[in-house]
Amino acid sequence: MAVRAQFENSNEVGVFSCLTNAYAIVAVGASENFYSVFESELQDVIPICHATIAGTRIVGRLIVGNRKGLLVPTTTTDQELQHLRNTLPAEVKIQRIEERLSALGNVICCNDHVAIVHPDLERETEEIIADVLGVEVFRQTVADNVLTGSYMALSNQGGIVHPKTSIRDQDELSSLLQVPLVAGSVNRGSPVVGAGMVVNDWLAITGLDTTATELSVVESVFRLGEMAPGGAGGAAVNKDSIVESFY
Amino acid sequence: MSMDLDAPVYFTQQEKVAATILCCNCGAAIDGTLSAGALCSDCIRLTVDVAGGVQREAVIHCCRDCERWLQPPNSWVVAALESKELLAICLRKLRGLNKVRIIDASFIWTEPHSKRLRVKITIQTEAFQGTIVQQQFEVEYVVANQQCSGCAKSYTHHSWTASIQIRQKVPHKRTFLYLEQLILKHNAHKDTINIKEVNEGLDFYFAKRNEAERMLSFLSSVVPCTVKKSHELISMDIHTSTSSYKFNFSVSIIPICKDDLVALPIKLARSLSDISPLVICHRVGTSINLMDPCTLRTADLPSSIYWRQPFPNLADTTELREFIILDIESTGHTNGRYLLSEATVARASDLGSNDTTYFTRTHLGGVLHVGDSVLGYHLSGTQFNNDQFEAIENSNQYGSTIPDVVLIKKHYVRSKKSKARSWRLKRMAREHEEEATAAVVNVPTNKRQEQEQARMEQDYEMFLRDVEEDQELRQTLDLYKNRQYQARPDQMDEDDDEDMDEDGNAVPKINMDELLDDFDELNMEDN
Repeated sequence: MAVRAQFENSNEVGVFSCLTNAYAIVAVGASENFYSVFESELQDVIPICHATIAGTRIVGRLIVGNRKGLLVPTTTTDQELQHLRNTLPAEVKIQRIEERLSALGNVICCNDHVAIVHPDLERETEEIIADVLGVEVFRQTVADNVLTGSYMALSNQGGIVHPKTSIRDQDELSSLLQVPLVAGSVNRGSPVVGAGMVVNDWLAITGLDTTATELSVVESVFRLGEMAPGGAGGAAVNKDSIVESFY
Repeated sequence: MSMDLDAPVYFTQQEKVAATILCCNCGAAIDGTLSAGALCSDCIRLTVDVAGGVQREAVIHCCRDCERWLQPPNSWVVAALESKELLAICLRKLRGLNKVRIIDASFIWTEPHSKRLRVKITIQTEAFQGTIVQQQFEVEYVVANQQCSGCAKSYTHHSWTASIQIRQKVPHKRTFLYLEQLILKHNAHKDTINIKEVNEGLDFYFAKRNEAERMLSFLSSVVPCTVKKSHELISMDIHTSTSSYKFNFSVSIIPICKDDLVALPIKLARSLSDISPLVICHRVGTSINLMDPCTLRTADLPSSIYWRQPFPNLADTTELREFIILDIESTGHTNGRYLLSEATVARASDLGSNDTTYFTRTHLGGVLHVGDSVLGYHLSGTQFNNDQFEAIENSNQYGSTIPDVVLIKKHYVRSKKSKARSWRLKRMAREHEEEATAAVVNVPTNKRQEQEQARMEQDYEMFLRDVEEDQELRQTLDLYKNRQYQARPDQMDEDDDEDMDEDGNAVPKINMDELLDDFDELNMEDN
């Protein structure tokens, strides 16, 4: 299911929220409209957490997480960390990481199995990502952009990358990720797909400007039409096989 | 590792560009690496209006009278319809066009009376990063009438606040012709809003008083004149105690010209270092330079002293008669370029009829030879009606010193046929007339006008001869090469024969080195 939403007149929903198969994190806004979109789609399925990171609302760009874990930047306060800990499911590991590139959402793009990260990320961070999120980490660029988290939206079903990504790059990334990739745009031609939408295995939320064509591309590549809510189990089935077949 | 054992992959050739994304607007499959904003080219063309910031309608101003176009802020340029110049004005008129690149612009024909101009413009600009969009559009201009400042000046009667009226009470215009040349050379007329030629003088009109004052100071530095000021109250505001006036400056030039014979009042002659009262004016600067041709004594009559007790000249150049030198003998006394000589002359008209000769002293000993033709005043045969001259005749001291003949200048025989000269002077009044009264057809309507025009031409010819003969005068003027003048060798020989008198004295010619090239006439010639 793909839904259009707007955070206080901004189409960049990926900036103000973070969506995984196990939880959703939404920035604290002046109105609850944005939160309501998440609530209407995810209530009683996964916990939705109202949070700030380092006092800011741009939570989607600062944190990165998947079903197994959540990484927050070093600027996160103890209180915020405690609130996240209290709200998120107990099996989700939360880790605060010391990383110069503190906008983790911009530099890391991951699903439950693989993460594509900024080439300049520190070695320790890479190890923490692998440990906490339980993923294979690859240093890669998307259409010559180092901000992989901004220019790529990824789920266990598929991924969408910057519209200028060549077929060769798409093939290369796709072979790393073991999911189908497609080049595309959101929000009426915006190439920042990572920041323009959030996606998990059964739901995508895009900016309100997203055209029908873009939305249909999103639905087809993330296979949103065919999966029912709570279908995260499907991802768990093929998880091992993907990683093993890669090696 | 198994990956290392894989066979190397060869990328032989980049396959043909394939569609990678769907256009976000219409869903057409396009190549994302080349597209802009995830839009297909058709959608870009449909949705992006790069010329949106450019006006599609504008007003362009044209002066109805002179058909010049306003180029903002305030210049008026001549441009034909559908000309490059007009296109430049049109394009400059559009706001927002400076942000885009103009590829092409052309006029679409419109009926001139529709007062509309249509311009088709093709522009290019960067719509998205790395995407250049070309767009063509039409702009319609409404031609509005606006009177240009030049026409406004010519149609407004009372736009001047100061006027200078220059007058010289003499029957000829030579002083004004000379003054015109001086004004042109020093560009003293650039502030005038109108120049009118009137009887016995010129009127200059100015928008501001200080411009007139500047003209006055120029005039008083080149001609002997006196200035009378007067002003008239036009309006007054008693609350702010501001008032507007019209200023009139009446400039009178001493009515004595070069080569005039002057009879000074005896008292004045005594005060001028006791010069003989019967003198000739040999030069006019800011004062009148007088010379007694019998003694070569000179005197300077300043304008201020003249106007205390004005007097007319005794005879002017129209009364010059031609004499032939029969005998000339130098006395050895010189003053500058003048050489005092004693000459025996006879009237040219008397030759062959009688043997009357006259003995006279002359200052022209340096240039005159026996047999030369010379112009002079014939005093013994003339009845003057002049108080000063009568006083001289009646005085004991000077009565017996009046000569029969006063020689003024050498006379050159000129061919009547061709008046073509290798040089020319610029004209101011004529230019002005053309501008102001272009519509009025300059055809003499009656006999009086014809006469006036003939007299003007005669005065001008006299002035040109003066310029040719007097190097000192010439130095104060700007002479230009005459581009129309063509010296044909056969005609030149003929002219030379005619212009030579018996002694081989040629008419003075101006050296080409003294002439200036006229830049006004350097027009482009298409060959």
